[in-house]
Amino acid sequence: MRKEIITSLLYTVVTTLLLGIGYPLGITLVAHLVMPHKADGQLITKNGVLIGSKLLGQTFSGPTYFHSRPSAAGTGYDAANSSGSNLGPTNASLLARVQQSAAEERKANKATADIPVDLVTASGSGLDPDITVAAAEFQIFAIAHARGLPVEQVNELVHQHIQPRQLGVLGEPRVNVLELNLALDDLSKSARLP
Amino acid sequence: MTANGWFQIGLFFLLVLLIAYPLGIYMTRVFERRKTFLDPVLVPIERTLYRLTGIDAEKEMHWSAYAIAMLLFSVVSMLILYLIERVQSWLPWNPQHLPGVPAILAFNTAASFTANTDWQSYVPETTMSYLTQMAGLAYHNFTSAAVGIALAIAFVRGISRKEQKTIGNFWVDVTRSILWILLPGSIVLAFALISQGVVQNLRPYDTAHLVQSQQVTAPDSSGKPVTQTVTTQTIAQGPVASQEAIKMLGTNGGGFFNTNSAHPFENPTPLSNLLEMLAIFAIPAGLTVTLGQMTGSPRHGWAVFAAMAVLFAAGVTTAYWAEAKGNPLMHGVDQHVSATQPGGNMEGKEVRFGIANSALFATITTDASCGAVNSMHDSFTPLGGMVPLVNMMLGEVVFGGVGAGLYGMLIFVILSVFIAGLMVGRTPEYLGKKIEAFDVKMAMLYVLIFPVFILCFSGVTVLLPHLGLSSLANAGPHGLSEILYAFTSATANNGSAFAGLSANTNYYNMTLALAMLGGRFLMIIPMLAIAGNLAQKKITPPSAGTFPVTTPLFTTLLTGVILIVGSLTFFPALSLGPILEHLLMYAGKTF
Repeated sequence: MRKEIITSLLYTVVTTLLLGIGYPLGITLVAHLVMPHKADGQLITKNGVLIGSKLLGQTFSGPTYFHSRPSAAGTGYDAANSSGSNLGPTNASLLARVQQSAAEERKANKATADIPVDLVTASGSGLDPDITVAAAEFQIFAIAHARGLPVEQVNELVHQHIQPRQLGVLGEPRVNVLELNLALDDLSKSARLP
Repeated sequence: MTANGWFQIGLFFLLVLLIAYPLGIYMTRVFERRKTFLDPVLVPIERTLYRLTGIDAEKEMHWSAYAIAMLLFSVVSMLILYLIERVQSWLPWNPQHLPGVPAILAFNTAASFTANTDWQSYVPETTMSYLTQMAGLAYHNFTSAAVGIALAIAFVRGISRKEQKTIGNFWVDVTRSILWILLPGSIVLAFALISQGVVQNLRPYDTAHLVQSQQVTAPDSSGKPVTQTVTTQTIAQGPVASQEAIKMLGTNGGGFFNTNSAHPFENPTPLSNLLEMLAIFAIPAGLTVTLGQMTGSPRHGWAVFAAMAVLFAAGVTTAYWAEAKGNPLMHGVDQHVSATQPGGNMEGKEVRFGIANSALFATITTDASCGAVNSMHDSFTPLGGMVPLVNMMLGEVVFGGVGAGLYGMLIFVILSVFIAGLMVGRTPEYLGKKIEAFDVKMAMLYVLIFPVFILCFSGVTVLLPHLGLSSLANAGPHGLSEILYAFTSATANNGSAFAGLSANTNYYNMTLALAMLGGRFLMIIPMLAIAGNLAQKKITPPSAGTFPVTTPLFTTLLTGVILIVGSLTFFPALSLGPILEHLLMYAGKTF
């Protein structure tokens, strides 16, 4: 028995050095030699300032930006506190929250149609960077109006930002909200130039 | 439901089939200590490891010695994990200066990761340092998976050996699982995941300046609503990919971040999602081939595979159907599938995965004992959420956890053979071994321990308003589902959750830890006893009265036994939880 305990202890120590230290540090090292940008989270900087990650959503409000999905992470898109709402399908507060979001989106977009479901439901991570094509198209008219841009131009911008299914079959088509809004800012800037 | 959705599900299963055969053959070679292409690199490491730790690799073990070595290793490594958690604030790689983990939470987590469960009562990004994640949690992802594989191989040896007292050497089986299977697989998978955008670094959390600052209103510590301006986003980082790889390959499922594989840094693209799903099923599916090879009856391995495939297909179909239908209580919301959206119940789901990949992932993660999630099961429709619950209640034998799935399934095989024997009035035989009273008693013990833990703990918890019910996030039948899910997940060593339940309380941390340890170690002992008992039996040549275990009839019987045992045990509880909620939801009732 004593021998087995010593074996267990030695085995734990030696394999911890191999699997718990050597393995992750080795992967980190090679990853930074081969694909450092990806290993660090595809961070986006603008004028030398870190403004976010391509993979993480941010909250956008008001009439001039495409809205992200509702988020249950902290006070919204808190990337150090990821969380879904975990509200069940018959939970009255879920249904009230969805009704409220839907009413707000309907008003903001002067729409009578039903709201695309992803735009009024919280994502699993609370950090979903994407909205569906339907949710992006739904917002085009109001945003073009608020920014004084031609609808066709905003529409074209949205369609440039559609990420199709990966390898043609995997996942769902989607639009990255942060990238779209940054491009929208660029578009407004160039439209203001003579 | 869409044609593309079904295509993705079919593609996934086809890839599992393609992986299973070569991997199963490879694993057979590894455990029979025959030559493999990795030997030139790994044999020297293996020998060094044995020399440093004083292991005699040639010594065979009786089942009881095997069990003792397994238990001692688990206890010792669990204590070390507990220590690392407690003193992480004094250790390196803690850029966020996180304090030591509180005692009861640290115990729960240590039990959880040792038992291959990876139930998480804590929010990792605000609780665990990088060192704890790497050397504590990810380390146990390797060893608990390796222990599972070792146990399954020992069980298969018990079936295939004749008139022998031993079932292998625990240390050799664990070492070979790690060096030949888990470590190389994880290295390859980690780089594939990084190429998709899974992060891998040791940097402190980044602070990004938001494109548009936000006014947010949130309750302060006294509950009063306070409005503040948020101008930054703190971005949690870490050595994620290395942990993500073994988390999936070892069917562990403990996320580096709170939202697990829903988090874009753990699972950024549909391709990373496919790789993660394949990694869950790869080893368990391969082990059915290993079973066929090691017992000299490849067709038996495929018959077992077929039973698993049938149950997998039933689960994913139900979950996909239920989630695609959406929530009938959401009005003014477009849940229809169209060219520009997948529709359905999107609460708790990510846009890049949509409905099909969320339902598929939920089915896979609970068919196996993984417990990683790429969507929040708590927000599934009642029947969609019942699929993961039922998968776990069936004992996670549909491919199952690495190793644990196979030995769990083989217990059901023994029961099936026993029942077939009763029907024809002959002593049941399994691959030439007579199945006798001792074997059936141990199998029944294995089958009974499981529901006793789940139902007793759940039953007691719903009677405790302050300790049990106060943690619920949802009222009505969904509340019962949350509690039932927690104890099922813990006992089945799955680790996924209806995560609305606030489980980080002393009551839940203690009871769930007991359920996890019981569901792992109490079930292993009768299983090893059967293995040891089978190994010493004579092989009887098959006769006209032998029930063949290679036919579609056998597959049907096996599937039937699994479903009957599971549904007889759990149907009453399910009818008060998800089934009742489904009926009330369509009657328009909310809570």
